[in-house]
Amino acid sequence: MSFETTYPTHWRRPPRMLRDRRWRLVVQGAVLVYLVLAMGSLDIEWSRVVEGLARGQRFVEGFLQPDFISRWSDIRQGLIESLTMTLTATVVGGLISVPIGIGGARNLVPAPVYGICRTIIAVSRSLQEIIIAIFLVAMFGFGPLAGFMTLSFASIGFIAKLLAEDIEECDVHQIEAVRATGASWWQVLHYAIQPQVMPRLIGLSMYRLDINFRESAVIGIVGAGGIGATLNTAIDRYEYDSAGAILLIVIVIVMLSEYGSSYLRRFLQ
Amino acid sequence: MKPSLVNTTEPATYAQIWTFRTPRAQLALWCGWLALVALFVYCWQVMNADTMWVFVADAPTQAVDIGSRMWPPSLSYLPELMKPLWDTLNIATLGTLGGVIMAVPVAFLAARNTTPSSILIRPLALWVIVASRSINSLIWALLLVAIIGPGLLAGVVAIALRSIGFVGKLLYEAIEETDIRQVEAVSATGASSMQQLNYAIVPQILPAFWGITMFRWDINIRESTILGLVGAGGIGLKLQSSINVLAWPQVATILLLILATVIVSEWVSARVRHAIL
Repeated sequence: MSFETTYPTHWRRPPRMLRDRRWRLVVQGAVLVYLVLAMGSLDIEWSRVVEGLARGQRFVEGFLQPDFISRWSDIRQGLIESLTMTLTATVVGGLISVPIGIGGARNLVPAPVYGICRTIIAVSRSLQEIIIAIFLVAMFGFGPLAGFMTLSFASIGFIAKLLAEDIEECDVHQIEAVRATGASWWQVLHYAIQPQVMPRLIGLSMYRLDINFRESAVIGIVGAGGIGATLNTAIDRYEYDSAGAILLIVIVIVMLSEYGSSYLRRFLQ
Repeated sequence: MKPSLVNTTEPATYAQIWTFRTPRAQLALWCGWLALVALFVYCWQVMNADTMWVFVADAPTQAVDIGSRMWPPSLSYLPELMKPLWDTLNIATLGTLGGVIMAVPVAFLAARNTTPSSILIRPLALWVIVASRSINSLIWALLLVAIIGPGLLAGVVAIALRSIGFVGKLLYEAIEETDIRQVEAVSATGASSMQQLNYAIVPQILPAFWGITMFRWDINIRESTILGLVGAGGIGLKLQSSINVLAWPQVATILLLILATVIVSEWVSARVRHAIL
């Protein structure tokens, strides 16, 4: 006596998202239509691409045999500008973003201050570094000072936002305990908030240092100084071996700073 | 700094007031800050050796001047911007797609628990991730415009190459955090290593994968708006030409449009990620 239950012989994985079959078809169809339209708008000139491949090969060769020597004085100048710009911008951006970050934490300040600080953060975050750089170069003239201004401005949004979120996530019990001793607002900030967020703040600043260096390689393209200007010139002159050398230096410095900052963060915690 | 030194020499008399740190820690802290300030001043001087302070003093007037020229934005320019905006969205989306397709194998090769060889292949994959991450998409675009010519394709490839590092890094971290017990359970059924990947690891990282992809798409929209500055197509091309002819009302219109696009894409990406996770 056996019940004839027919199990499917093959197990099929149930879909994770969009369990309804019709919805799945609609979404897949829409994606397909979009892809066809988007590919159609690309308008690729294949002859130009093929022609460029030889140049691409030369670039790869330049990258494999980088030429550090013939443009070394330019590279050195660009590197010094980039590094000094990065450090000063991170310090200034960090200093400015501390009060803004505190003001952007809802558990510490009244609503109007919160609104103002969050607006500053949003403005700083939504504008691209390179667009800010264009304007600041127009205002302050060519050179690393404009780059310094750009990076400081961009750092404010980044550090302040993450700091504000960090303060909002602070352990409430410690704040309450300090407040229960009759501590003023400043004392709460100093004895309850600061010990909790300081390691994170230093980590954030280190991370931003890293980002600022990478960005400093870009904003030189619009005239804000640094290694980006050197790189732009090298590519414009089709000196791919020098360009390869510059890119290698950038990659090595970024790797070093990444290892350094992760070591420092572990040391601080 | 003097009182704290005195305190260290006299451990017998304890301070009546509780202080945050021991005097030694305080001293170390002050030395650290002093070193930072010294470094800052030194860098500041090196950096501004060639700065023309005349231009800097002039900056506020320049700012007011540009500001007054930009206002009001020319709204009649808006219809002309729709095609470049569509191009920009395509650069971002196709670039994300290409980047993700290349990043997935790299992530599996870089994750400690799925890599075929942790001595040979893992460092190579990690190097690919770092190299892609440390070169900004604008620099990739600069190179690609020189190599394959100006146009959307250079932009798409630049965005894709840049996305590999970001997606690869976050994805390989997600792979390393997967639950080992599920993998063991699947391998206990006699599954091959590919089947283990497919049935034990992929379902675990799928939500993270979609989240990372949407996050990167959002960032790519931002980045693709400026790729035109170096000739890689999209709305940045219009921005560049408007700046070159000093058409400030047009520049203002473009910036507002970019801002709106960025806000909308951030909202969409946040909604989708919220729905997935």
